[in-house]
This record gives sequence, C-alpha cells and structure tokens, in this order.
Amino acid sequence: MKILVCISKTADTTAKIAFTPDQKSFLETGVQFIINPYDEWYALVRAVELKEQYPDTVLHLITVGGADAEPILRKALAIGGDAAFRVDLQPISIEQVALSIAAHVKQEGYDLIFTGKETIDYNGSGVGGYLAGLLDWPFISLATRFDYNGQTATVEREIEGGREICEASLPLVVSCQKGMAEQRIPNMRGIMAARTKPLQVLAAPPEAQQPVISIDHFALPPKKSGVHLIEPGNEEELVRLLHEEAKVI
Amino acid sequence: MAIFVFADQHQGTFKKASLETLFYASQLASSRQQEVVAVVMGEMNQPQALADLGKYGARRVLHVDAAWLNDFDARLYALVFKEILTQYKAELCLMPHDFNGRALAPYLAAQWQAGLLTGIVSLPDDKGCYQKQVFSGKATAWIKLQTERQVLTLLPNTFTPQLGNSQAQVERWQPTQVNAQQKRIQVKEVQTTQGRVPLTEASIIVSGGRGLKGPENWGMIEQLAEVLGAATACSRPVADAGWRPHHEHVGQTGLTVRPNLYIAIGISGAIQHLAGVNGSKYIVVINKDPEAPFFQAADYGIVGDAFEVVPRLIEAVKKYKGIS
Repeated sequence: MKILVCISKTADTTAKIAFTPDQKSFLETGVQFIINPYDEWYALVRAVELKEQYPDTVLHLITVGGADAEPILRKALAIGGDAAFRVDLQPISIEQVALSIAAHVKQEGYDLIFTGKETIDYNGSGVGGYLAGLLDWPFISLATRFDYNGQTATVEREIEGGREICEASLPLVVSCQKGMAEQRIPNMRGIMAARTKPLQVLAAPPEAQQPVISIDHFALPPKKSGVHLIEPGNEEELVRLLHEEAKVI
Repeated sequence: MAIFVFADQHQGTFKKASLETLFYASQLASSRQQEVVAVVMGEMNQPQALADLGKYGARRVLHVDAAWLNDFDARLYALVFKEILTQYKAELCLMPHDFNGRALAPYLAAQWQAGLLTGIVSLPDDKGCYQKQVFSGKATAWIKLQTERQVLTLLPNTFTPQLGNSQAQVERWQPTQVNAQQKRIQVKEVQTTQGRVPLTEASIIVSGGRGLKGPENWGMIEQLAEVLGAATACSRPVADAGWRPHHEHVGQTGLTVRPNLYIAIGISGAIQHLAGVNGSKYIVVINKDPEAPFFQAADYGIVGDAFEVVPRLIEAVKKYKGIS
C-alpha cells in the first residue's frame, strides 16, 4: 500500500493574529508555525500506525509552500514517513493546493490519501474533497476512525448529532479529525532519522499558478463592549437579561 | 438564470443549515432577479415537505428520487449535481458549511471546474466580496471569487430564515449520466443520539469544563440544558479525561459552534476553546475565578461557585418558563 499524507504549515493555535498596515496580509513577524494539528495528530499519526500494521507500506508526505515550510515537513518526518515532497508555491486558495497535489499523485500513484479536516488558519476544509474530485476518487470526510483489513477500509465519520460507519475500497481520500489517532511526540531517533530522509522539491504545475480568489482585506472582530457581571444569588436577573435584552431565551 | 441549493435531508427531515442556505440564496437571488432551485437527493415520501421548501425561498425543487442516493456519498452527489448544473447552464451553487456540505462542495467545484469559497457569513458587498471567518474565528477576511462558475458554502446559524407562504414547484429529476453502479461507498450503520438537538444545530448550548471537578457533577449541566431546550457541550480537557464523549468537545480541535447563546460553566476560556465558540451571538460565563480569560469574551457573567449558581439558575429558568 502506498499512502500520501497532506501536511500544511499553520500559525500556532496561541499565535496573536495581526495584519499588515494595509490589512491585506497576515503579519508573520514573531509568529511560531506548526504542523496543522489535524494533519499531524490525526492524518499523519494514523498513517504511521497503518505502516506499523502493514510494514511494506510506503508512506509519503507532501506540502505546498515555500522553503519556509521545510522545517514543518522535517518535523512531520520525525513522527514518520519515508520521504517528503514540497511543491514550490505559496498558495492562497484551496484549488491551488489540490491541483498541486493532484499533479504529484497522478505521477507517483497512491492508494490512500489522508488530509486533516481543515487548516486552522484559513479554515477552508476543501483540499481533501477538491483533490478527490480532481482524481475522481471516492472521498470520505471528517473521519473519526479508519481501519483497513487489506482489502476494505472501514471508516467512521461524524454527521449531525451522531456518526456513520461506511466501507470503501481503495483508492480513497479521507479527511481526518479527532478520534482517528492519539497525538505522538517525535522521539530522538525519529528526529535524527528525519534529517536524512529524502525531501524533494517539485515545481508547481501550470494550472495551479493562478488563484481563483483574491483577498480584499482582513479585519479583527470588533471588541466586546465588556462583560455585564451579575451578582451570584441574582440569577433571576440573568434570566431577565437573556430574555429582554439579548432576546435569546 | 437560477441559483442552485443543496437541500440536504435525512429520512425526510431537512437539515436546519440547508433551510438557512435556501433563505440566504433567496436573499441573494432577489437582488439579481434570479430564482432559487432546491436540489433534493434520495427517496422522500413527504411531497408536502418538498413543496414547503417554497416557504424558505425555493421557486422550484428538483427531486432526484433514487434509492441509491439515500446515503450521502460526496462523489456520487457531486456527479449528479454536476449533471444538473450543466443541463441548466447554472453559474452559482450554494450549500451549507456542515458535515455533508463541506465534503460535497469541494468535490463538485473540482468536477464542475468552478471556483470555491467555503464558510461565508455575509451577502456579497459592492465589490462582490464575501466575508469569511479565518484563524478559527479570530479574524474575518473579505474574499472575492474570480470565476464565472462558483460553489459557495454558508456557515450554519448565520442567517435566520423568515418564512414566506409560497409553495415550490416540485419536479422529479432523473440523472442520465450517473447511476447506482458508480457507487463506491457503502454506508453500514448510522448512529444518532435520539431526542437531542445536534450540537451544530442547537440555538442554545450549555457547556461544562474542568471546574466541574468530575463526570458525576454533570447532572446539573444536563438539567439546565433540559429546561432551556439546549444541547450540552464540554471543553477539551473534559473530553480528553473521558468525563464526556468526544463529540461534545467544542474548540479549535473539536467542533466549532455558533449558537445564539453559549453558557460556559467552569471553563477558563483558553484561546483554543474561544476559537470554537466566538461565533456565538451571546456568551454567558459562570466561573469562580474573576481572572478567567473567558470573562473578556463574555456578554454576561457571574463570578461564583458553579455548584451554587447553576442550581439557582435552573430554578430561575423554571420560574421564567412557568415550570414548577
């Protein structure tokens, strides 16, 4: 089996969000970057577990980004994976990422592709579905469990107020979220090994060069006017405010 | 020209987020002199429910009445959708940014060669830009799609439908290029929590954190939720400790919710938790620590011991609702 895990570089969950004075771009100064948590904790770790279960599995990682994404890719390789690819493009939209990865998939050939459910910066949650659509492969989104018996994949996915268990054969694209696997901290052996694992830079395909969206500007949410504190013991006043002022009950 | 909307149903009931999307589409359509067409997949034996989509703004309903479409399958639904959109020479397709919409929209955009913009929260402005939440709700971006064909997903609980009294014209629509043989995913089992509002559809959410000290203390959370007609949720440490099931975890790595009212009890308000709830219209925080960061994101707050405040709050709600 040959597995590809899509990795994205995102600002740390605790990063202070600020923009350039013209409000056109995210201010990266002083921001720490991490592997997108859904890609790392769920997609990558589950793929590593599958490789442990089926040792002849080939596990590749891919990211679409500039050279500044390579430390993230090395960090991912420290958790697992045989080789990594970086498509040299600074994407701003979903289809640029999906087109870049699809071009690699068509050339290299895979049986299974994992993505995180979304990145925590642009929250697009579209790369997995768009990639599957380009490849014309089946797609299962928001998976919380993935098992493979050598022929059939059994996948649990989240739905409104519950879950759905479905079966599919490969090839398959799956977007992963909490439940798929437990977070793993890379050990020293993994970190050392990651330094020498192959990391190949690929040129972006022509169709991925131009984004179909343009970002006009960003803005931070308006500050809350401040909390209205109610004395404990005066819960009836809170109920009154929720009814008369907020009109939510 | 028409705007096509995915009206997602499960066992004959339309999902709330789909109805919101229909209403949103009708707002968009009225400014452009267009009509709204709802697309319904799978068998459904309630003709009235189909016609009633007119109340939410659909002029016409295309019902793809096939048993092999009863279970959601992103690829299959996208192929059928693409055939419809191609036949009607459509340019705009909308769906909710919910569990199924988030899978179908990108698949369809790739197949139909359309531009994709997900999770929008506004009608387009004068420049044609849509607002979208980014950085897990910590900022908003104004984004424009440059393509003629567009697939958009609307964040749930953003627009509240105002019901009209029109009935939609319902037509059965038969695909000719897609059939049951193309099915690659078999749904084996569907488990849903009976009688509870799904967290993503709830207008009111009562959420508990570590401050509640243990799973045995959730009785009052559930009781408060019950009197308010709310769903229950929890913070990440609570789900990780196994006090509550993972599907209740709200926050950056869990569910993002946008209820009208979010009541946080014994949750300090870490930035990752706030990212999952800051789309809520009103936030109430109950915490004994006045320094809890959650108070800065709250509209109303009570600094006090949850074990005293919550039972009194339950009584106050009961009194207000006239429940003895």
